[in-house]
Amino acid sequence: MEAKRVLIIIPAWNEAESIGGVVREVRATLPDVDVLVVSDGSTDRTESEAAEAGAVVAALPYNLGVGGAMRLGYRYARDNGYDVAVQVDADGQHDPKYVPELVAGLGDGPDDVALISGARFAGTGDYKVRGPRRWAMIVLSVVISRIAKVKLPDTTSGFRACNRELIEFFANWYPVEYLGDTVETTVRVVRLGYKVRQIPVAMRHRTAGTPSASPVKAMVYLGRAMITLLLAINRR
Amino acid sequence: MRLSILTGLTGVVLLGFIYELLRRRQLREKYAILWMIVGVLVIPFAFFPHLLDTIAKSVGVASGVSLVLFLAVVFLLLVCVHLSWEASRLEEETRCLAEEVALIKTRLAERDRAVDALVAGPGGER
Repeated sequence: MEAKRVLIIIPAWNEAESIGGVVREVRATLPDVDVLVVSDGSTDRTESEAAEAGAVVAALPYNLGVGGAMRLGYRYARDNGYDVAVQVDADGQHDPKYVPELVAGLGDGPDDVALISGARFAGTGDYKVRGPRRWAMIVLSVVISRIAKVKLPDTTSGFRACNRELIEFFANWYPVEYLGDTVETTVRVVRLGYKVRQIPVAMRHRTAGTPSASPVKAMVYLGRAMITLLLAINRR
Repeated sequence: MRLSILTGLTGVVLLGFIYELLRRRQLREKYAILWMIVGVLVIPFAFFPHLLDTIAKSVGVASGVSLVLFLAVVFLLLVCVHLSWEASRLEEETRCLAEEVALIKTRLAERDRAVDALVAGPGGER
């Protein structure tokens, strides 16, 4: 990763069981990067576990949602002069071995890629979703790919890296709404003329917790995803 | 006539209540003024509901009382929307504060560690 200063931002809300392992793995795989764990109003031992594992910890006084935690992360990255910020989930589903590939894809020039994320449906790995959740992801992918004029198979991926200019941008503007942190930021960034790419990654099973699979929740997800998309497209 | 007195008195009492809240600085002026204007405009109609009849007829509403009721519902709806908007704005403001507080705490902790390391001496033995 040459001389780029890279910050790994891990938003965590009550992830005491997995956070320590995730931080240790990131630091073992990538000895040159700094790790910031943003505790989003955690009430368990998330903060102490993360600090013990060697991460810098920023603790929000109450729960804001992923968007709030991420904006805080980008502010920290901006204030400390990092060149690249990478978002990694606290549940261990993102494999840090892909981070160098993400970072290598970024550049700071006007023609370089500004935002790059790991796509779960691009051939690598066995990540599968079904039902309404899958329909939502397909619609999001088709629509946003058309706007971006590049294939983005997995627009809700939380495994992403951005360059200096977008760190600056996200430090000031990062939506807190559900799905806003992934879908809306992608749409906005594309419309501002930045280049967005995805690379295939294999997701692992979560080290703790279970993904929500109830059909009602999946329908609600579909509805919210469509509303988010509609609003994101129709914003100025 | 007795009904008019009831509604009219209710209006006057409410107006007095808002004035009292404002006097004790319990209510921000920008909201209080709105409510006082509404009160002053509406109270005469509470005492004399038929004042509005001609206006009501001209817009096709059978009686002034129905018109007042309709306008009241519209007005209350607008007030609710306004309050939702205010709440959203406040949430955004508290979000910024929460983020700033977390950043400051992190920076302070980093500084403390740096100071501790300095105090421990160049060898780093604690």
